Amino acid sequence: MAELYQTQRAMRNIRRAALQRGVVGILDIGTSKIACLVLRVDSNGTFRATDGVGSMAGQVNFRVIGAASTRSRGMRRGEIETMAETERAIRTVVAAAQKVAGVRIDHVIACLSGGRPASYGLAGEISLASGQVGDHDVAAVLAACETPDFGRGREVLHAQPVNFAVDNRSSLADPRDHLGNKLFCDMHVLTVDGDVIGNLVQCIRRCDLELAGIASAPYASARASLVEDEQELGAACVDFGGGGTGVSVFIKKHMIFSDHVPIGGNLITQDIAQGLRVSLPVAERLKTLNGGVEATGRDDRDMIDVGSDTSEWEADRRHVSRADVIGIMRPRVEEILERAREVLDAAGFDYMPSQQIVLTGGGSQIPGLDGLAARILGPNIRCGRPLRIDGLAHQLTDPSFSSAVGLALFAAHPQDEWWDFEMPADRYSARSLRRAYRWFKNNW
Amino acid sequence: MPVVIDHRPGKQVTPQPRQRRDPAPSRLQYRLERMWLTPLYRRFVRVGAPAFVLAMVGGLWLADEDRRALLRDGVNSVVTQVQSREEFQVHTMAIEGASPVVETALRAMLPVDLPASSFDIDLAALRLQVMQLDAVETIDLRIKPGGILSAEVVEREPAILWRHSRGIEILDRSGHRVASVTSREVRPELPLISGEGADLVTEEALALFDAAGPILPRVRGLVRRGERRWDLVLDFGQRIMLPEKGAVVALEAAIALHRAEDMLGRDITSVDLRDPSRPVLRLGVDARNTIRQARGLPLLGPDGQVLPGTDNKG
Repeated sequence: MAELYQTQRAMRNIRRAALQRGVVGILDIGTSKIACLVLRVDSNGTFRATDGVGSMAGQVNFRVIGAASTRSRGMRRGEIETMAETERAIRTVVAAAQKVAGVRIDHVIACLSGGRPASYGLAGEISLASGQVGDHDVAAVLAACETPDFGRGREVLHAQPVNFAVDNRSSLADPRDHLGNKLFCDMHVLTVDGDVIGNLVQCIRRCDLELAGIASAPYASARASLVEDEQELGAACVDFGGGGTGVSVFIKKHMIFSDHVPIGGNLITQDIAQGLRVSLPVAERLKTLNGGVEATGRDDRDMIDVGSDTSEWEADRRHVSRADVIGIMRPRVEEILERAREVLDAAGFDYMPSQQIVLTGGGSQIPGLDGLAARILGPNIRCGRPLRIDGLAHQLTDPSFSSAVGLALFAAHPQDEWWDFEMPADRYSARSLRRAYRWFKNNW
Repeated sequence: MPVVIDHRPGKQVTPQPRQRRDPAPSRLQYRLERMWLTPLYRRFVRVGAPAFVLAMVGGLWLADEDRRALLRDGVNSVVTQVQSREEFQVHTMAIEGASPVVETALRAMLPVDLPASSFDIDLAALRLQVMQLDAVETIDLRIKPGGILSAEVVEREPAILWRHSRGIEILDRSGHRVASVTSREVRPELPLISGEGADLVTEEALALFDAAGPILPRVRGLVRRGERRWDLVLDFGQRIMLPEKGAVVALEAAIALHRAEDMLGRDITSVDLRDPSRPVLRLGVDARNTIRQARGLPLLGPDGQVLPGTDNKG
């Protein structure tokens, strides 16, 4: 864990340096599209005075000065499949966003949707020697969490302290200076496949960019699309992406669970292409323009031209009814929702105090999805759009950009992670000199 | 459409769908774009390099002495060509309000021969030069359309004569020199002042001459004493010594005495008004002898000494 601590600390320092410089890039590499936002961050709050935008939940100290999105390449199920293709896609989108912004970006914050994420809830406890919780006690209790065996090649993506308790007083957000004998903490750890992260880092580095932070895509889109009350009271965010569906559960403004279902919109397109014997672009067009999940009587009469250029009249001049398209899409959407339901069941979402479910991501724009989802997932369903942030063009505010917007929020207001706290002294095994320094600093 | 259509199988060329170019920028293009967006590099390319090239080319071209001379001659010839255009020529000089002497001097002061270009006439310098003439109070020089150099001159008015150790000068009201004269008779109508520093207080002198209205025919002049007060000198050697402050009031008081008592018509050498609260009269020798005779005292001679032959007999 010490090595992870060091790498994450280094990444955090890069992020701080980027925020200090004022320009940071956001790179949302999805399976179907790749988006890049260029943020101008000001730590002085000068935008506040010049703009009419009120204090939008404190999200006003940055502004989007350039944004671009393009079709993703070389990605499959949220993971990088062909490095060179993905690199080209990143170059395309970064060049376009830089051109809009007029500045070059050197640091990017990226998100990762695939990589078989796994959530762990860890608990730790220490007894307080001084009878009061100090800074180093918080670090010590986080370090005292029992880490299970994550498996070979797993990397920790998020390790967020969710809850602190001192003696019998639980649900403390900040336990410092509390009096008591024992300090407990609950920590949520999200691990992903290390090679997937390595591929992503490699890809970004080959574009002359420096990775200043990395977040899980379900986490980012939940940050953007759940409103503050939902994050506080408890909600689940289901992010329908192209290559997979991310599920994350929030309570008390902390993510407590996240998982990924590797079925997404691309599979629906594939079903349509197979079922109607059309090419994938045509199938994608059918899905986005005429897709749906609730067939009505009118849809039987609604005939759609499915042309192709095989130069055979029978193949090129075909009509399908909209009901056919819906009939193909609906089982797959139901399957996705059922898989999401299984994930939520595994997370114990039924025992949460609030059962709010927010659908976001590009797939959530299927007409009638909220009605279908209400039948499968639960009654409290809404389709969430990302939080409005300053300077983002209107065409980039639809639900498919919620993870990009969430990454922007993550860049400007990161939540506490385990590595944000000072590492306790006994973890520094080899560096006795610094250990002595820590000891002096903590005890004098 | 070709004229003959080849219907043989396998020969026809079906138009291939146009191969779409990869929208991704190549790595070189991407790096160049990013380099272009670097502020320092961008500023160098857009400002620094062109400025350097311009300076380099200009410097190399100007490094040769012949080219510098050529450039200088070219610039000078263009400047001369423009300046000597008909529109800028000054043909005549019109002088208003100047006496013939001043007018002659003014024409002599013009540094160039007319007609000349208006660029060659430095009006400010000419004005400063003209202002050094004592007789000129102000001059308004301008070049009017039509090539006329117009000079509106206001001359100083002679107000007073000042006699000092080096001669007699005419002063205007403010005490500025107008001209020199050889004798008092040249300007008999001007009042006369004398003494060191008298030119500094000509205003007061003129006020005193105005106040001396009834006795003006008898006034010979004003004498500045010790650069602080005035003596009014009348004929027959009479003088009125005026105080440092309030000289006009004291003189008016003396004139009032003169009107009431015919003071100045009597045998009085001087009226001392230096202390306004205590005027002192100095009697002449005849008056004093009359008094001394009445008192039986020995008489005085014209030098003020007691005459030796006139003992106290009375």
